[in-house]
Amino acid sequence: MSHDHSLNPETMPQEPEKATLEGKNKFFGLWFFLGGETVLFASFFGTFLALRNSTANGPTGDEIFGLELVFIMTMLLLTSSLTSVYAMYHMKNNDFKKMQLWLAVTAFLGIGFLGCEIYEFYHYITDFGFTFRSSAFGSAFYTLVGFHGGHVVFGLSWLIALLVRNAKRGLNLYNAPKFNTFSLYWHFIDVVWVFIFTVVYLMGKVG
Amino acid sequence: MMTDNTNFNSFQKQRNKEEMKRQLITFVLMIGFTIVAFAIVATGSMQKMFAVPLLLIMAVVQVGFQFYYFMHMKDKGHEFPSLMIYGGVWAAILTIAALVAIVWW
Amino acid sequence: MSTATAQKRGFGAVLWDYLTTVDHKKIAHLYLFGGGFFFILGGLEALLIRIQLIKPENDFLSAGLYNEMITMHGTTMIFLAAMPLLLALMNAIMPLQIGARDVAFPFLNALGFWLFMLGGLLLNLSWIMGDAPDSGWTAYTPLATESPGHGLDYYVLGLQISGAGTLMGGINFLATIVTMRAPGMTYMRMPLFTWTTFVTSTLILFAFPALTVGLFLLMFDRMFDSAFFDVTLGGNSIIWQHLFWIFGHPEVYILILPVFGIFSEVFATFSKKRLFGYTAMVFATMLIAFLGFMVWAHHMFTVGLGPVANSIFAVATMAIAVPTGIKIFNWLATMWGGNITVSTAMLYALGFIPSFTIGGMTGVMLASSVADYQYHDSYFVVAHFHYVIVGGTVFGILAGLHYWWPKMFGRVLNETLGKITFWLFFFGFHLTFFIQHFLGLMGMPRRYWVFLKDQDLDLGNLISSLGALLMGVGGILFLINIIYTAAKGEKASADPFDGRTLEWAVSSPPPYYNFKQLPLVRGLDSLWIEKREGNGKLKPAEPLGDVHMPNGSILPFIMSVGFTIAGVGFIYQPDNRTWLLAVFIGMGIALGSMLIRSLKDDHGYYISKEELEKEAD
Repeated sequence: MSHDHSLNPETMPQEPEKATLEGKNKFFGLWFFLGGETVLFASFFGTFLALRNSTANGPTGDEIFGLELVFIMTMLLLTSSLTSVYAMYHMKNNDFKKMQLWLAVTAFLGIGFLGCEIYEFYHYITDFGFTFRSSAFGSAFYTLVGFHGGHVVFGLSWLIALLVRNAKRGLNLYNAPKFNTFSLYWHFIDVVWVFIFTVVYLMGKVG
Repeated sequence: MMTDNTNFNSFQKQRNKEEMKRQLITFVLMIGFTIVAFAIVATGSMQKMFAVPLLLIMAVVQVGFQFYYFMHMKDKGHEFPSLMIYGGVWAAILTIAALVAIVWW
Repeated sequence: MSTATAQKRGFGAVLWDYLTTVDHKKIAHLYLFGGGFFFILGGLEALLIRIQLIKPENDFLSAGLYNEMITMHGTTMIFLAAMPLLLALMNAIMPLQIGARDVAFPFLNALGFWLFMLGGLLLNLSWIMGDAPDSGWTAYTPLATESPGHGLDYYVLGLQISGAGTLMGGINFLATIVTMRAPGMTYMRMPLFTWTTFVTSTLILFAFPALTVGLFLLMFDRMFDSAFFDVTLGGNSIIWQHLFWIFGHPEVYILILPVFGIFSEVFATFSKKRLFGYTAMVFATMLIAFLGFMVWAHHMFTVGLGPVANSIFAVATMAIAVPTGIKIFNWLATMWGGNITVSTAMLYALGFIPSFTIGGMTGVMLASSVADYQYHDSYFVVAHFHYVIVGGTVFGILAGLHYWWPKMFGRVLNETLGKITFWLFFFGFHLTFFIQHFLGLMGMPRRYWVFLKDQDLDLGNLISSLGALLMGVGGILFLINIIYTAAKGEKASADPFDGRTLEWAVSSPPPYYNFKQLPLVRGLDSLWIEKREGNGKLKPAEPLGDVHMPNGSILPFIMSVGFTIAGVGFIYQPDNRTWLLAVFIGMGIALGSMLIRSLKDDHGYYISKEELEKEAD
């Protein structure tokens, strides 16, 4: 094997993200990390479910949750999942420009989601006086949703760093695995959100 | 590395395209599930006893789509990723079951 | 960049080398020194506990200090001594056993070590700052949320940081074993120590996140007035207990499974026989790990979860005795008819079998939820878990160190001193803990700082304390052995014990690139096969070529320092908000170094073919 990591359409392997040992390691490492993250979020969900009715005479979920905003947030995040799929599709076809474009769209959708979440928290705190310290339910709600938001922040920083760093260098076997691991992480954030909107908001509304 | 001729490339491109089409269908289904889920709750048209399991089932199916289509867990070479995700899911089920069912007050 | 030159270097150069190393063999040294340091610390705490309990109504330690002592003894021994020492052996040996040149993520490996080390130091900083954690190593709420001072804050932050390091180590080993096995090294040809490393890493992966969450909740309750465990606002203390034990029970299997791997290697090597029932051993390991995840509530039998939950967890717990029994019988059968050499490592392995079996039997007794109401919180429990952790894990670590010391440091530990150490330690151990079963059955509760006289507890406690001193002497002798070996020990050949697995095919200590050419593995016990059917040398699986190596980096150390500074800031910010500055500075350093790591390309470097040819075999 040569020490050269560059890619061109002729030498393009089927899966550039797994063509090198480093790439393979990153691929497996991230998947295994997601296995651990599953338990991390399960612990938060479990805590939330145990405390969801412990409102200590403060506001309940049913009283404060507004489904419209949550629906918008869900659409933003689900769509961002699709756009990162598009980005990976173009990566496999070695079309760097289009990959960048779709990743940029992903970033914008992510930022939109984050903006909604910040507005949502602000709204609960100022309009309902519902805070982290109001009740055990409040603590559990902000911790679960906040940790998910923290993951979005981390994912966005990761994505922006990747885009900026690789803006001028094109796709190669050294950075293809990096883009791919990011996209897996981003899908996982979406997976967690699916359970958050179901368990926290929808089930909170149903009662 | 040097035998990747144009024929092969176009075959690969075709396969990628078909995969993309499947992913797009998946996405439409996911959006559909989401809309149905929100509609059930927003209209209040279903009793709690039916609504909660249905919501959970739709969430699980949607997440399955994410994992198997968006994250390619259905493809070859994903045996260990699947193993670790299912291991994590198993630990997750135990954790949630414990915190829901055997936390006395 | 090359560190191949093994000339005498200045202290500064050696220090810099270790601060920046990403070589799994040097990181193993670091884990060994770090874990060893904390082991001594935990041992001293144990001795102070036993001195306090040497006679009735002793006033050697105050009640508060005694609470701190037992908390720190438990926490230190489990998180900062036993686990890192096991990680040291895994790091040193596992990549060699699968014929790899390094681990999958060398940088992450270094980061994992530094996070563990600085997290451990942060936890122990609490001694110097005046109040150590005092709620027991389990930190049950509301005791832990109400504990005054900053002791528990140190516990939370110290464990959070070192736990993150351990999680990285686990993921790293998993990826290494999946992607970096040498050609021909199929899963069912992996040595058992590699197998147990793999299974242990899975346990780390699934268990530690629960602790992470538990620690976050405790941190938020203590520092930011959240209400997870605050009953007046609807909180619930049982959540902590569940999260802690969902982590905590797999944790004890994290401690014991690697040791099963070590003993499997030791028994096979020193009996000159293939491990009996290899396949059964592999599946028993998996089964123990699987069952180990479903039994955590047996730590909570007296909480009042109800008879149904208690029964389910009791039966699941007893089921673990089956795969463990399979293992014990396989080890016995390995020795059966073998050509046995009783070396020091083998002595520990032989001592392990009866000791651990006693611990396993008391385990089944405790698993009976009805009887547990009687044993609970008594010295019977203390005796039980010391029998499995000392009789299992510590014996295993000592066996592993005697067995692999030549591979790690190039010198063989002194056998005579080693055997004396073993006998002192073995007798001291049984003297200390056997009597504690009876103290417990007679009603002595654990964690009490005094006991009254004339309750038939005096003699038992005296014997127990004397045993502890004997173990202390054994420990000192082991240290003397290390120093003696470093100064005068016999230089080790590549294969001093006539080993069976790949690590004995490279020189002791191995060159920094491990294998010049990746070996071709032709079966289980691959080196043994070559000894019997070939010329005793491994067949190469590739032509001699350039070898890719990762670059060293100081960033893991800086990153960990950053997180530790932030940790100190978190601990003190409830007193004075200016401490938030430390949080920002620390996080800035840590995230800044992460950013540098991301932005700076690091392709590593190559050792050229010519350079490799020059190196001696």
